[in-house]
Amino acid sequence: MDPTILGTQAVVEALPEEPAVKALSGIASDAKYDRNELTVTVPRESLISASKAIRNAGYNYLEDVTAVDWYPSEPRFQVVYHFLSFSLKRRLRIVVRLAGDDASLDSITPNWPAANFYEREVFDLFGIHFGGHPYLRRLMMPEDWQGHPLRKDYPVEGYR
Amino acid sequence: MSPIAAPDQINPGIDDVIADSERHHHGNDPIADQTMVINMGPQHPSTHGVLRLVLEIDGETVVSLAPDIGYLHTGIEKTCEAKFYQQVVPLTDRIDYLSPMTNNTAYALAVEKLLDLEIPAKAQWLRVLFNELMRINSHLVWLGTHAMDIGALTVFLYCFREREQLLRIFEAVSGQRMMTSYIRIGGVSLEPPLGLFESIQTFLKDFPSKIDEYESLLTGNPIWIKRLKGVGYISSADAIALGVSGPPLRAAGIDFDVRRDMPYSSYEKFQFKVPVSTDSDVWARYVLRLEEMRESVKICQQALDGMPEGRIVADAPKIILPDREQMKTQMESLIHHFKIVTEGFAVPAGEATSSVEAAHGMMNYYVVSDGTAKPYRVHMRNADFANLQALETMCKGQLLADVVAVIGSIDIVLGAIDR
Repeated sequence: MDPTILGTQAVVEALPEEPAVKALSGIASDAKYDRNELTVTVPRESLISASKAIRNAGYNYLEDVTAVDWYPSEPRFQVVYHFLSFSLKRRLRIVVRLAGDDASLDSITPNWPAANFYEREVFDLFGIHFGGHPYLRRLMMPEDWQGHPLRKDYPVEGYR
Repeated sequence: MSPIAAPDQINPGIDDVIADSERHHHGNDPIADQTMVINMGPQHPSTHGVLRLVLEIDGETVVSLAPDIGYLHTGIEKTCEAKFYQQVVPLTDRIDYLSPMTNNTAYALAVEKLLDLEIPAKAQWLRVLFNELMRINSHLVWLGTHAMDIGALTVFLYCFREREQLLRIFEAVSGQRMMTSYIRIGGVSLEPPLGLFESIQTFLKDFPSKIDEYESLLTGNPIWIKRLKGVGYISSADAIALGVSGPPLRAAGIDFDVRRDMPYSSYEKFQFKVPVSTDSDVWARYVLRLEEMRESVKICQQALDGMPEGRIVADAPKIILPDREQMKTQMESLIHHFKIVTEGFAVPAGEATSSVEAAHGMMNYYVVSDGTAKPYRVHMRNADFANLQALETMCKGQLLADVVAVIGSIDIVLGAIDR
């Protein structure tokens, strides 16, 4: 297995030709190249500009949006976006870290309509708020459900 | 920029559909110039499970539409977090229940990426063989139910006749007809029994003539043509913007297939064509799927002809359950077996995404490990979920009866959408 490349600087040096690295090198707060997968962490404020920059870099297809709850450590939430480039035949993972007491970020649905259901799902199951989403309602759970099932402090079985 | 830039053009929610209908009312005449909101499902036979649609219709024309999902949500992603890695495999069967081995493969590939396992050639060939048989299996159910929705009842029985042969093959190899769990982390679970390849060979020899038979029932049928041609159009730009994948994406003229473009499990060693169309209507998706079945037969044939010899699981005694014979004779194997069953195996911390081309489109598994024996997070990206978002774009301006044809043409499985 190729060794993991950690840190923005190291990734920029290792993959100088990768269009996503070129597009995001100014925005990224962290980067990782692990198991042939490129992961770029961007600050919450620059998610929209990052998503626009990678579209210009050839990543034209949003695969999915999901999240990971790292409770009890902080920053608690990791929102994960997978992009694909049909021309480069490569995948890119964009990550935004969010604090547990302020779990909100901008919705990319106005720019990437494919994110619509995925952001609603993350909102429903993790309780992360996407500002600017056209219809941010629960998707999987009933409207009157209490709590967010995929959070780590939500029990797997028994009563809430 | 995508063509669907303004948020109010994006697939609205149910309340939006109702509000739109109220906004579209004009005048005091209760009959003239009015739209109506109707509810379709979740117990509607042509919604392929428990899909609920709220439609705003003007006469018989669909003005807007919103899907309501979640009726089949069973929290599989949450359940995965409480299981050992190997215990997740049977759960993945139940997601896209028409192609369980494809789910298994996608999950196994993600975990193998985290473990950095080398999979022997025979296991890879078996995976390709059964993935393609699963594609035929899934497409047969699609063709049967799609034709039945539109009114061609006979085809359903023909398709299920062939599907029965496939289910017998799956039962022979795994012991189960549907929830096979055959493909495991590190390889496949069992050595194929004697006579299995012969029965697959018999199936492959007959099957192309069976596809001709379906075509003779449908392709020239004037009712079938009228119901399918020009219905459910989506532009290629909209299809990309809405995350459509699989046959609907290729029918829209985008030549992308994960098997060919980002090969996994030795697909790069197989020769096959990826059918593409530019018509992007229900008809194009029908023709394309039939073509895919013919290509799958060719891939299966290549897999049978070139089936390598050797092990069916990777050489990793701490991860893969030992052979039963060894367990009875060697203490080491017995210990490994006991440890794997009771404690599972630790997976190095990290995150990995796998991607496979399932019958319905691109299927991705995102697995996060924190270094313990249970996955920290498993996320499934199923094509059905994203394809459903495109339903409104495909149905707008069409007749109400065509919605049924369009739902059939995107081939959704609600188990994969709701998880």
